[in-house]
Amino acid sequence: MATTDHAILDARAIRKSFGSLEVLRGVDLNVAEQELVFIIGPSGSGKSTLLRCFNRLEQPTSGTIVVDGIDILAPGVDINAMRRRIGMVFQSFNLYPHLNALGNVTLALRKVLGKPRDEADEIAMAALARVGLAEKAKSYPNELSGGQQQRVAIARALALEPKVMLFDEPTSALDPELVGSVLKVMRDMRESGMTMVVVSHEMQFARTAADRVVFLDKGEIVEAGAPERIFGSPAQTRTREFVTRIEHR
Amino acid sequence: MTDLDRFLSTFFNLEVMARYLPMIVDGFVLTTYLALVIIATGLTAGLLLAVIRSQQIRLVNWTIVFLVDMFRALPPLVIIIMIYFALPNVGLGVSGFVAVWISLSLVLTAFAEEIFWAGIVSVSKGQWEAARSTGLRFEQALLYVVLPQAVRLTIPPLTNRAIAITKGTALGSVVAVPEILTQAQTGLSFSYNPSTLTLGALAYLILFVPFVVFGRWIETRFAWKR
Amino acid sequence: MTLIIDSFFNVKIMQAAFPLLLQGLGMTIVLCFVVIPVGLAGGLIVALLGTQGSNWVRWPLVAYVDFFRAFPPLVLLIFIYFGIPFTGWDIAPFTAVVLGFLLNTSSYYGEIFRAGIESVVRGQFEAARSTGLSAAQTMAYVVVPQAVRNVVPDLISNTLEVAKLTSIASVVALPELLFAARSAQSITYNASPIVLAALFYLVLLWPVVRVLSRLEHRMLARH
Repeated sequence: MATTDHAILDARAIRKSFGSLEVLRGVDLNVAEQELVFIIGPSGSGKSTLLRCFNRLEQPTSGTIVVDGIDILAPGVDINAMRRRIGMVFQSFNLYPHLNALGNVTLALRKVLGKPRDEADEIAMAALARVGLAEKAKSYPNELSGGQQQRVAIARALALEPKVMLFDEPTSALDPELVGSVLKVMRDMRESGMTMVVVSHEMQFARTAADRVVFLDKGEIVEAGAPERIFGSPAQTRTREFVTRIEHR
Repeated sequence: MTDLDRFLSTFFNLEVMARYLPMIVDGFVLTTYLALVIIATGLTAGLLLAVIRSQQIRLVNWTIVFLVDMFRALPPLVIIIMIYFALPNVGLGVSGFVAVWISLSLVLTAFAEEIFWAGIVSVSKGQWEAARSTGLRFEQALLYVVLPQAVRLTIPPLTNRAIAITKGTALGSVVAVPEILTQAQTGLSFSYNPSTLTLGALAYLILFVPFVVFGRWIETRFAWKR
Repeated sequence: MTLIIDSFFNVKIMQAAFPLLLQGLGMTIVLCFVVIPVGLAGGLIVALLGTQGSNWVRWPLVAYVDFFRAFPPLVLLIFIYFGIPFTGWDIAPFTAVVLGFLLNTSSYYGEIFRAGIESVVRGQFEAARSTGLSAAQTMAYVVVPQAVRNVVPDLISNTLEVAKLTSIASVVALPELLFAARSAQSITYNASPIVLAALFYLVLLWPVVRVLSRLEHRMLARH
């Protein structure tokens, strides 16, 4: 996969505390254009918090985050303009139940980008087609399977043409037989050059699709590297223990 | 049969009813108008307060909760009498119509705020996050994502509450608002025949039964299917 | 400013009116203790009949409930108090109030109990009947206790409304709290007694509103 050195996302010394609990303890992470970075780690390691800092759903206690050349933690930055360039996919889909699939995708196109309805519909239909759900455009979330809902959620983010997509355990809430369809969409996105940061437990997917795997534990990056190395010959004991445990589950 | 005849001529005296029908119709029109302005004022103000409350400014929220509690605890008739009989003491005399309008609007505002607020709170945090993650501003997320879901949940309780409170327009008879009950009582004092009350009661039923039936229908339709 | 204090918070007048208002408060509380149990019992009967019986029983009950939910309680009270004497029965204010409240509140309570009974899952009836309980026993020991628990906030909410509603008894000259306050006001030409009555209502009912508000939010959090 062609990767360049141009960093889309550059996070430095990210710290985040909830009260006296320090969840992130100085994390540095640099994501290059078209790179797929996979974050693994035990529950409570701070993976999701880190991801949520990247679009400021959580406000880091300290540190800097630069996305596509703009410091998103700077005072006065238009965070809403930035957020539409940072797509996010949630574990629980969070589709809007009162809108159909098309409406879910067009809402931000119309209200954030100010596109007229026809144009928004056109873009949204293309996005839905990319996730293989063009024919479900008129369906409401409660009429879709979990896998379909998650693909609509991906289309919702994709339609805004983000510079980077964040995936927060996108398949954890799905029945096993529905996981594949979502992973396939993610693989397609990667093929077409989307920059992605993924928090997930799908190790098989990490092995085959990730450029880099980052192991996070207790709010720190323990080790990072190519998937073959992290899964094959981890340098750190903590990584080895985690990998062994997760592989033998 | 004479007993029945006497009963009918006392409570269903068509001649008396016909004579006072125009008065009752006037009252009906006024009651309808009063009910509509109360609903419009109360729901708008209630929604506005709930939206302000969602901004989570502590001092503002305490004030809202304080006012809401107060107007849920005070009997509407007490509020009406305070406004109608007490305000003139400081030179702020208002008509009975305005007194009832303000009082019942305040009461409906209090209840509507609570209901709208509960609706807003019941929308999951993930909905806010999804909306904000696509770049929608707070107000946009509220308007396009949260409120449409919140309002759905609030329709049944709001319908019932609006009916219960607008029925209170009958309290206007205490402060001389010429609504249905006032007209019916005036009719009674002239005719000395309670058929005017029967007619007034019918007018209320014509006005409110459709709402009650509508409320029942909407309750089954919008029942918490989540 | 002094005008406002003199007209609304006149301590001297409040002191003078206090005993009278206290008597009124006593009557309001007596009224509550009569009309609330009567309404609850009536409502439970309406709900039990409405959820058991054939359509011949159910539809008249639905009509009864909707009729009195559409009927403003003050209109009902006036109708009873000023209408019934035309039949030759001289009805006392207290009786008129109790009768009016029975009709009005049993409809509201009935609707709440019905929703509660319908919220109890079918399996509960079946489980109870399968152990040999009779239909009446099933209702009494299994269904109604769960039904009531499911609608506690609505029951409290309606009870609050009933307590507030007792103020309309003042219109038929029943000497409850608001009536006492209005008498004192008309003697003194000062609004302070009304303000004092409002304070009495707040002291009496504010705690109920608080409890209710917490319960409602907790119920919602479970959804």
